[in-house]
Amino acid sequence: MARVVLVDAGGANIGSMRHALRRLGADASLASDAEEIRAATHVILPGVGAAAPGMRRLRESGLIGVVRGLTQPVLGVCLGMQLLFEYSEEGDTKCLDVLPGRLCRFDDTAVRVPHMGWNALRMERSSSLFSGIPAGAYAYFVHSYAAPVGACTLASCDYGGAFSAAVRRENFNGVQFHPERSADVGARLLANFLAL
Amino acid sequence: MLTRRIIACLDVRDGKVVKGVRFRDHVVVGEIVELARYYRDAGADELVFYDIAASPEGRCVDRAWVDRVASVLDIPFCVAGGIRNVADARAVLHAGADKISINSPALERPDLIDELADAFGVQCVVVGIDSLRDADGRWRVRQYGGDPDKTRALSRHTLEWIEEVQHRGAGEIVLNCMAADGTRMGFDIEQLARAREVCQVPLIASGGAGESRHFLDAFAQADVDGALAASIFHSGAIAIGDLKHWLAGNGVVVRQ
Repeated sequence: MARVVLVDAGGANIGSMRHALRRLGADASLASDAEEIRAATHVILPGVGAAAPGMRRLRESGLIGVVRGLTQPVLGVCLGMQLLFEYSEEGDTKCLDVLPGRLCRFDDTAVRVPHMGWNALRMERSSSLFSGIPAGAYAYFVHSYAAPVGACTLASCDYGGAFSAAVRRENFNGVQFHPERSADVGARLLANFLAL
Repeated sequence: MLTRRIIACLDVRDGKVVKGVRFRDHVVVGEIVELARYYRDAGADELVFYDIAASPEGRCVDRAWVDRVASVLDIPFCVAGGIRNVADARAVLHAGADKISINSPALERPDLIDELADAFGVQCVVVGIDSLRDADGRWRVRQYGGDPDKTRALSRHTLEWIEEVQHRGAGEIVLNCMAADGTRMGFDIEQLARAREVCQVPLIASGGAGESRHFLDAFAQADVDGALAASIFHSGAIAIGDLKHWLAGNGVVVRQ
């Protein structure tokens, strides 16, 4: 039985993520306590908002080393995924550095920012995280910063150029879109994560 | 490619979804949660819930139904109605809403937009604008557009307000063209196209949808990112699945 925790660092989308997990039969608890997070089978790092306050909250909760040291499956969602990278241009923020790469702002002379809405996923590598999700499936995105496509990219998306829509390195997974808001596609992705 | 969004709008009063023509004579059309689930299954890309009485009555949206909607809905939804400070917004977002939309309170105190963007990021902050063309041919903003007895004409020009709210941190703008609203004669393409010229964030057309072609016009002629409608969806005059199929056949990229 999965024991899921949502890292509570003050992000705003915890309610909708909890509901999404509950629809899948998983009762996730909110945790800001290091031991509780380490004891979970699955850890979700949610997040809405900006990178600098997101990192500051993790630091103030003493969770930076805790998250970096996790060995069970971890899923960063939206800002939570961005914080897994080295660095974000947003607020000139050093991030958790468990994934290589730097977040850059979309070029607002080329596209409208934020990137908000449903966009198609392009599969870059096969992964159990995307089991049963067809290429070209639509997911819901809301963000202004994006990670480039790199060695850890599982799925990419096009918005004035390709960016990482989903990433994985060892036990660390991340999705730039909101699975809790991506209808059947998102529910399948969360179910796949819980099965890791 | 980013798809164009079809957004169903549910006007809420006293915990029920209501509809109106030209904002008057509201009648109850259904239970919030049932309708939320219905539109999700029908293929809506997003839902907007407007607590139409909140702002005129000087209160914040009732978060009890936001929580109920969030528990069943797995597509994005936005909540509007009397959100006038960061604490109100936080309560609605923590109840599970993806975005909050502010209209009259932003006109009362424009700094609210900056405060919300600082607290939650611009992507959570939608500014709704009720707009009407005056006798001099210029569009101006209306306040308390949800209640015809309290609606006030302001001296603020719509296009200038669109620029200001973006500068302050609006991540999306819903432009409700009041003269078209409820007429089913089509979106106000002229006004939307002018708004588009000054709007660099996502722009949502609101008011006037009556048939599928109106949506195509809004996307093709005014280049809006999404189009919002209420009564034609509630009445069943247009099924969202059919609409999207037809739009796709006419070259509009939509999620199907």
